Amino acid sequence: MAISDPKPESPRHAAFVRVTHWLTFFSFVALLVTGAEIVISHPRFYWGETGNVNTRPLFTLHIPSSRGTVPTGYGYVMPDQNGWSRYLHFETAWALVVTGLAYGIAGLWTGHFRKNLVPERGNRSWRAHWQRIARYLRRRPPDAAETRSYNVLQRTTYLVVIFALFPLVIWTGLALSPSFNSAFPAAVDVLGGRQSARTLHFLVSCILVLFLVVHVVMIAFSGFWNRMRAMITGRVVLPEERS
Amino acid sequence: MKPISRRKLITTGLAATAGVAGLAAADRLAQRYGLIPPDHGGLFGAGETLTYAAQRLLTAHSLAREFPRSMISKAPFANETAPPSDEFKRHQAAGFADWRLAVDGMVAHPLSLSLADLRSLPHRNQITEVVCEEGWSYIAEWIGTPLSEVLKEAGVLPQARYIVYFSIQKEWWESIDMADALHPQTFLTLGMNDGDLPVGFGGPLRLRVPRQLGYKSVKYIVRLTATDSMKDFGKGLGSASPEGGYAWYAGI
Repeated sequence: MAISDPKPESPRHAAFVRVTHWLTFFSFVALLVTGAEIVISHPRFYWGETGNVNTRPLFTLHIPSSRGTVPTGYGYVMPDQNGWSRYLHFETAWALVVTGLAYGIAGLWTGHFRKNLVPERGNRSWRAHWQRIARYLRRRPPDAAETRSYNVLQRTTYLVVIFALFPLVIWTGLALSPSFNSAFPAAVDVLGGRQSARTLHFLVSCILVLFLVVHVVMIAFSGFWNRMRAMITGRVVLPEERS
Repeated sequence: MKPISRRKLITTGLAATAGVAGLAAADRLAQRYGLIPPDHGGLFGAGETLTYAAQRLLTAHSLAREFPRSMISKAPFANETAPPSDEFKRHQAAGFADWRLAVDGMVAHPLSLSLADLRSLPHRNQITEVVCEEGWSYIAEWIGTPLSEVLKEAGVLPQARYIVYFSIQKEWWESIDMADALHPQTFLTLGMNDGDLPVGFGGPLRLRVPRQLGYKSVKYIVRLTATDSMKDFGKGLGSASPEGGYAWYAGI
């Protein structure tokens, strides 16, 4: 096809990005629901190596528990959903890790990280980030360049989520495996102990949920269906195409 | 749509054949090296098999973390158990003088051991953490006979693949593979923190498997069976846990 500007025809997101995006999304939702079920069996968090109902907690979630042995102040016990929740948590953890590895390899191979995620030269300053925040606050619509690629704020956020938060949540999760710890004791020791690892696993998950909420709100602001279509089919309606 | 080129057809065909052959070879290898857990079926079977196979390749011989004496928990938590059976209460009233451990199945010499017999076998101690699937934990010193010493005494046969162990409490039984059964930290535990093992913590006899979650460390052990297959035990899923919806392998 002979088109002077091939850009509008090229997909907004590469196929591997779209596939791994949705695999990550479904794995994350499953991990979140099952993780919440596991927390309900002991909604108390500690710091250090050990912690149980005879130990003073770092903080407590004020929710009823699925175990009668946990003092919650509520007069009832929630149904126990730990069995299937744990099976599904670890199964979807595998799905997430395999997806993440595939994404990482494809991202390096295609130069996706370098081209689309690392902020462009001249944009790697706090000032550039602050300017984009100010633009959001003034509710200015994105320009055509932004419809085709990520702005600096998106780039930095995605880099943090992909290369800091997800590795951290996987690490703190693995640090809760007694068998993994026997082979790699440093994985839990450097986090300050088993209960610290569990608390960090919970806190990093909370930050990831916060990211998800902000991510969806931003998509809603910038045109929910257009963005959904871009992440499903790869095609995007550019501002100049809109009537 | 473009017609599929011959080259593409051939490469796709070759890739598919290689994939199927690869999977079949992987399955044979996994069976041979014992990388498939008894609860490998159903919706969660794939994840469970990946976890168990990965752990067996990574951690067959690694040792659970041990802690200094200063880290022993001041207030360990004895998780609740089902109300003790009448049989258990009779043993408790008699000070566990007649408690016996039967060792049978694929062994050269089936045994029936008293607690005194167990005490006369080589003893070890370890300061390890009990980790519950709910999320809580505590550290204690555990004193006992390594399970491997009892299995050596009974002459466990080379074809045995699992050790199944039963509590005096009905419907409470588990099993572990030989990597965990012969592991130096897997103890038939008789003592805790310089005293006899209290009833709340599984006394008089508990099998401690420190590289797995607490629910594999069954309390009030009365029988061990060596077997090459879990098919004839319960529903064939490996232990009571998968029958109640929990994973058989609890090393995560």
